[in-house]
Amino acid sequence: MTGAAALWDSVTRQVAEGRRFAGLMATQRPGGILLSAHLAGATGIVTAEATLPPGAASYPALTPMLGAAFWYEREIHDLFGIVPEGHPRLAPLIRPRAGDEHLLPRHVLGPGLFTIPHGPVRSGVLESIEYLVETPGEDIPHLNMRVHYKHRGIERRFEGMTVADGVLLAERTEGVASVAHALAYCHAIERMAGVTVPWPAGLVRVLHAELERAASHLDTAARLCDAAGLAVATARFGVHKEQVLRLVSRMCGSRFGRGVVVPGGVTARPQVPAAEFLAEIGRMERAVNADAAALMGTASFLDRLRGTGPLSPERAREHGALGPIGKASGFSDDARLVRPYDGYLRLGLGRLPEHSGGDALTRLRLRWDELRQSFHLLHQAADELSAAPDGPLRGECAVTGGRAVGWAEAPQGEVLYDTAVADGRLIRCRPRSASFHNLVLFHEVFAGDILTDFPFIEASFGLSVAGVAL
Amino acid sequence: MLRGLRNGVVTTRWPARPDAYASEWRGPATLRDPLAARAGDDLGLLCPTQAISSHTDGSLHIDQGKCILCGRCVAQRPDVFGWSAGPAAAGLTREGLVVPQIPDSNANLAAIRAGLRARTAALRRSVHLRHVDAGSDGAEEQEIQALLNPVYDVHRLGIFFTASPRHADVLLVTGAGARGMLAPLRRTYDGMPDPKIVIAVGSDAVSGGLVSPSDATSGGVGGAIPVDVWLPGSPPSPFGILHALLLALGRLPGADGRPASGWQPRAGRQRGPDGGSGADGQSGADGQSGADGQSGADRQPGPSRRDQGESR
Repeated sequence: MTGAAALWDSVTRQVAEGRRFAGLMATQRPGGILLSAHLAGATGIVTAEATLPPGAASYPALTPMLGAAFWYEREIHDLFGIVPEGHPRLAPLIRPRAGDEHLLPRHVLGPGLFTIPHGPVRSGVLESIEYLVETPGEDIPHLNMRVHYKHRGIERRFEGMTVADGVLLAERTEGVASVAHALAYCHAIERMAGVTVPWPAGLVRVLHAELERAASHLDTAARLCDAAGLAVATARFGVHKEQVLRLVSRMCGSRFGRGVVVPGGVTARPQVPAAEFLAEIGRMERAVNADAAALMGTASFLDRLRGTGPLSPERAREHGALGPIGKASGFSDDARLVRPYDGYLRLGLGRLPEHSGGDALTRLRLRWDELRQSFHLLHQAADELSAAPDGPLRGECAVTGGRAVGWAEAPQGEVLYDTAVADGRLIRCRPRSASFHNLVLFHEVFAGDILTDFPFIEASFGLSVAGVAL
Repeated sequence: MLRGLRNGVVTTRWPARPDAYASEWRGPATLRDPLAARAGDDLGLLCPTQAISSHTDGSLHIDQGKCILCGRCVAQRPDVFGWSAGPAAAGLTREGLVVPQIPDSNANLAAIRAGLRARTAALRRSVHLRHVDAGSDGAEEQEIQALLNPVYDVHRLGIFFTASPRHADVLLVTGAGARGMLAPLRRTYDGMPDPKIVIAVGSDAVSGGLVSPSDATSGGVGGAIPVDVWLPGSPPSPFGILHALLLALGRLPGADGRPASGWQPRAGRQRGPDGGSGADGQSGADGQSGADGQSGADRQPGPSRRDQGESR
C-alpha cells in the first residue's frame, strides 16, 4: 500500500486505538498534493501525512471507512479539484457550481413529500446558510445544508501574511470565537518558535477565553428561550450577555476580546481592577444562576427541549463530536483538560457532571455546567493574576520558518490551526473550527422531530456559519 | 416579576440622554496630531488593511472605512494616532470616512442629506429593518441582534425587525460581500419597496476589511447594491449601529448627523453644549408623532435646534 491508502490504514488504526479524528486537510506542494490527517490524543495532536503523486486526479476516499471525513473530503474536492474515489456524495460544499442554487435535490421520495428551501436569507438576524428541509408537512425525514454562501476564502487570504497580521485574521475567522481562534493560531506559532507565554499572560488569555464562553452560552440560552417564545427569559439572558460583553470591552476595548492575544503573550493586562472584576463576576454569576434555575423549572419550556434533536452517544464518539454537543452525548475531549495550554496548565478545571442524554435539553444543562465552570475559572484566574508580579506580558516570539498545529477550546469546541511559515510569512494556515466539524451532525438529529423543533435544534447546536465556509 | 423590578430600568435613554457606555466607546483610529509625523516615517506600513496613507506633501489620512480597530497604529505611534470616541462612526458617503476630511469631498453632502431626508420622511417613526449577511465573521450579527435586548431596545424608537424584505424599509448588510451572497443580497434588495435605505454594517461591509482582497469576496457590499450609510467597526458596537440608523433616518439630535449634545464627539472636537438634552429627555427621540412630516432633528429643542437653524 502506498500514498493515501497507507495513510488511511494508519488513521483508522489510530482511531480504533482511541485517538480522535480531528480533521483532514490538503496542501498544494510542488511535489503533489499533501494530505494531512490530524488525530487528537492525550499527549497532543499528531499529524499523519501522505503526498499524492504529481498530477493525480483522484485518491481512494477515507469517508467509507471513517464517516467523520465526509465534509473534509468534499471541501478538499472543492478547493483542489481532486476526486476522492468512493465518496458517498461528492456535492459541492464551500464552492457552489454555477446554477446549483436553483436546484432542489430530493433524497426522500414518496407521495406528498416536498422540499422547503430555508435560506440563505432567513427570518431574524442570522448568518447565511440554506437548509433544504424535505418533509411531508411535519416530520423531517431528511435535511440537507448548503453552507457555501458566505465562503470568504480565508485560507487563501492567510497565505503571504506576516505572522503578526495572521492573528488579526484569525480573530475575524469566526467572530463568536475570536479569542479561541487567536489562541489556536498563536499556539501554533509559539510551538514553532519554541516559546511559552509568561504566566500572567496565560492567565489573561484564560480570562478572555472564559468570558467568550460565558457570552456564547448565554446567547445560546437566549436563542432557545426566543424559540420557545419566552419573552422575559430571552430579555434577561440578553441582558446578562450584554453585561459580559461590556465587561470584556472595559477590559480591552473590544466587546469580542480582539486585539488581546498575540504570538508570545498578550498586549496588556485587563484595564479593570481585580477587585472590581471579581465583584462584577460574582454579581453576574448569582444573577445568571438564579435565572437559569427559574428557566430550568419552567415545565412548558423543558417539554420543548426534552427528547428534541437527539444525538446518540455512539454517533458522538464515532464522529468525535466536539464541545457541548459531544459532551451532552457522553463524549468529552476538552482541550483545556486533556491537552491544556496557557493558564489551564495550573488552574483547577474540575470535572463536569457526566451527561449522556444527547438531546437539546441535555445540551442546555451541559452549558449551565460549563458556565459554572467558567465562573469558577474566572475567579481563580483573576485571583492568580492579581497575585502575579508585574512582569512582561509578551515574550520574544520570532519565527522564520516551520510548521505546527495549534489548538484551543472555543465555546463550540476545539479549534485547530495547521500553520506553516517560511521567511517570516505564512505559507499555509488552515483553521478548522468546531462549527465545521460539528455542523455535519445536523443531518442526523431530526429523528422523530417536526418543523417546529427546528429552531430549538439549531439553537442548541450553538454553531457559527462563518467558521464552516471559511 | 419581583426579580424584574429589583433590576430597575436597564434600558438606555440614548440618544435623548447621554449614555456613558456610548460616549466612552472606542471607535476607529483617528489622527491625534498629524504634524507629529516626521518626513521619512512610512506610517502606512503600520496598518494591516492599508487604511493609513501618507502623501508626498507630508499629509496623512486614515480611511476609517478600512480600519479594523486592531490598534497597531495607536500602540506604535501614540503621538500621531488615537482612538475616536463615541458611537458616531458612520458616514453618509464612503469618502466621508476619511479623516481628516478631504477638501470638497463633502460638497454634495447637503444634496445627499436632502435626498435621504426626502426618502425617509415617509417612514416617520415606524421603521422596519431587514438584515442580510453577505459574508461576515458572525460578530456583526451578534451586535445587531443585541439591539433587541432590553438594554438597547430599538422598539422604543419605533424600529422593528421584519422577516420579509417586502415589509422592510432599511437593509442592514454585513460582511465583505462574499461572491455566493451577491445574488441573494441583490434579490433581497430588489424585493424591498421604495423608498429604501441600505446601511453597510462593519468595516468588512464597507471596504472588505482584512478579509479582502480575496477571490471569494468583493471588497465590501458597495459594488453590489447602492449604500446610503457606511458604518465602520470590527464589529461596530450596538450604539454605533443605532447611530447609523438614526443618521439614515435624520433623527439624530444634531444638525449634520454629528453629535450636538449628549455624547462625546470624535476625538479632536470639544464636547458640545449639553443644556438641552436633559429637558427633552422624556419625549426626545421616542414617542413623538411626526405629524408635520419633519424629521426628528428639526424638532429637537435646545442647542441642537440652534445648530439646525444655522445650517439652513
